[in-house]
Amino acid sequence: MSTSTDTIEEVVKSEYKYGFYTDIETESAPPGLNEGIIRFISDKKNEPEWLLEWRLKAYRHWTTLKEPTWQKADYPKIDYQDIIYFAAPKDLADGPKSMDEVDPKVLETFEKLGIPLHERMRLAGVAVDAVLDSVSVGTTFKKQLGEVGIIFCSFSEAVQEHPDLVRKYLGSVVPYTDNFFASLNSAVFTDGSFCYIPKGVRCPMELSTYFRINAAKSGQFERTLIIADEDSHVSYLEGCTAPMRDENQLHAAVVELIALDNAEIKYSTVQNWYPGDENGKGGIYNFVTKRGIAKRNSKITWTQVETGSAITWKYPGVILQGDNSVGEFYSVALTNNYQQADTGTKMVHIGKNTRSTIISKGISAGHGQNSYRGLVKILKGAAHARNYSQCDSLLIGDQCGAHTFPYIEVKNSSAQVEHEASTTKVGEDQIFYCNQRAIPTQDAVNMIVNGYCKDVFQQLPMEFALEAQALLSVSLEGSVG
Amino acid sequence: MKEPIISIKNLSADVEGRQILKGVNLTIYPGEMHAIMGPNGSGKSTLAAILAGRDGYHISGGEVTYCGQDLLALDPEERACEGVFLAFQYPVEIPGVNSTYFLKTAYNEIRKHRGLPELDAMEFLKFVKEKVKLLHLAEDLLQRPVNFGFSGGEKKRNEIFQMAVLEPKFAILDETDSGLDIDALKIVSEGVNTLKRPDHAQLVITHYQRLLNFIVPDFVHVLYDGRIVKSGGKELALELEETGYDGMIPAAAVPA
Repeated sequence: MSTSTDTIEEVVKSEYKYGFYTDIETESAPPGLNEGIIRFISDKKNEPEWLLEWRLKAYRHWTTLKEPTWQKADYPKIDYQDIIYFAAPKDLADGPKSMDEVDPKVLETFEKLGIPLHERMRLAGVAVDAVLDSVSVGTTFKKQLGEVGIIFCSFSEAVQEHPDLVRKYLGSVVPYTDNFFASLNSAVFTDGSFCYIPKGVRCPMELSTYFRINAAKSGQFERTLIIADEDSHVSYLEGCTAPMRDENQLHAAVVELIALDNAEIKYSTVQNWYPGDENGKGGIYNFVTKRGIAKRNSKITWTQVETGSAITWKYPGVILQGDNSVGEFYSVALTNNYQQADTGTKMVHIGKNTRSTIISKGISAGHGQNSYRGLVKILKGAAHARNYSQCDSLLIGDQCGAHTFPYIEVKNSSAQVEHEASTTKVGEDQIFYCNQRAIPTQDAVNMIVNGYCKDVFQQLPMEFALEAQALLSVSLEGSVG
Repeated sequence: MKEPIISIKNLSADVEGRQILKGVNLTIYPGEMHAIMGPNGSGKSTLAAILAGRDGYHISGGEVTYCGQDLLALDPEERACEGVFLAFQYPVEIPGVNSTYFLKTAYNEIRKHRGLPELDAMEFLKFVKEKVKLLHLAEDLLQRPVNFGFSGGEKKRNEIFQMAVLEPKFAILDETDSGLDIDALKIVSEGVNTLKRPDHAQLVITHYQRLLNFIVPDFVHVLYDGRIVKSGGKELALELEETGYDGMIPAAAVPA
């Protein structure tokens, strides 16, 4: 019989299913960052002058900033002059095409990822915008959505077709001065999704964007903007994967959500970027800024399942500006092997009777390091604001770490803030109990971890809850043996 | 003569260098119920854990044959698939995992092992509901997470319920009576008695005689300092109640 520690140490070694690379002819900018590259990107996308100016302002501001070091993650210094800021399949580099003109290899790539884009094969009930490296490949169900006035398209297309909306809201929640990575993104962002739900419309299907990094040495800098006009409702999902490579690749996205009066936005993420190999070699640096602004009586829910990336650094937040607005954050973050995650949320209460809920489940296995970092800020005017936070950490094995950094600032005495935290270990006891009931160790660990994440998975749309469960199982493969 | 379900020969084991079992001999035939009694620290729970395949014990000698197989060579889940069941002294909580789902997974693993088709959710639900009725349990047990938030009595009852569902050939009940009030004890005992079958066997481990008022064993063994020092019929338990463990230990069992 093996000793008890051996058993658990084996459970977290997995094969990354999406690590393939598609050999397509790619047009890229030379590596390096300067005003010339920014003009090149803007020119490629045929952008109006104001947008180029905005990018340049962001770039100039970025050059004055220092890369932050406060997050709990160790990584070698990134050479920003060694990154390719624009890469696109050759036939898509100069703008969107109809699906029939797209290189079949590109479509095959998405099919392999389970995201068919062809009319006859589309996912029922889910409209998808597929982004490969720096460009959008195509968006499904555009016409059907258009019939109820919903705009769902790539960001580049929105700049051309709906410049007023883009100009009004771009940078309104995450200004280009917000932080180092948001400034970088503002300067060089290439594509992403744009979504506008008109007044009183309930979006009839799930909207979704699938991000794929394919080209080597390139970074992905997408920008997503979702506007839910008064009394509207939308549920949006994003997924992401990348090939297996020994070098690290940078992904620095910005997502801005605007929920106007009485609107509701549900934003779900299943993040599965390449996490690096079992020795910590390679993997994506996922440095992302996500924030929503909630106007009167509106609601924004962030749900995230973070299993990929070598390093994850993100704090999807809600500015609860309007009275009675609601912000929610549900998170499962898994770190295995040498992955590091520093993630959490920011809930800023400005309006009266604003409410926020934070449920965070961190899972650490292998040598993974998992930190919850969250801010709850209640401003002076936020009378009767309420927050409930629950941060749980689960440890598998004895080489990993879990950390909690809650920041609470309360400036109104009528506010109620609750914070609960727990740390537990997947016990030998639990595993043996399952074994004794004929359940093999790997299945037992999956079951225990899925049970632990149940509160978060319940928040995901059904198909994605199943996907998230499956993903968690794959990511935990080999963590006990 | 029938083949024994389990045959333990001269089993010795230690934990972290300390010898706990010092040559245990025990043979159990189909249809029999045996009870092992003994004071704290005599090795009762160690014996149960080793039979179920728990990590952390070093077998220093002896052998265990289960239905003709070398039991100690099997992983815990293989033993479970072969029909070995341990009702835990301290049943483990698994938050967020629905009891029905847990049991269905366990049940189907065993069916798979036996080359039988797995039951789907509907078929399984029908099957477990009959078991719930048989043991007079509340149906909400099926909806709750495994042992999570259960009272001590509920946990023990849940063990017996799992035993009813998995229908083990050889069930070990490790101090199933500890922490139970008299009513819970009755329910649990009734369950155990209901599940008795001529082709199966049970091994009941207990500290107190009172359980044996409700579950009547065919044989009683006294385990003391890692050895079975006395064996007899059910009347041995009553004798033990009167004399206590000290009066029972023959001089030969005391180390020189």
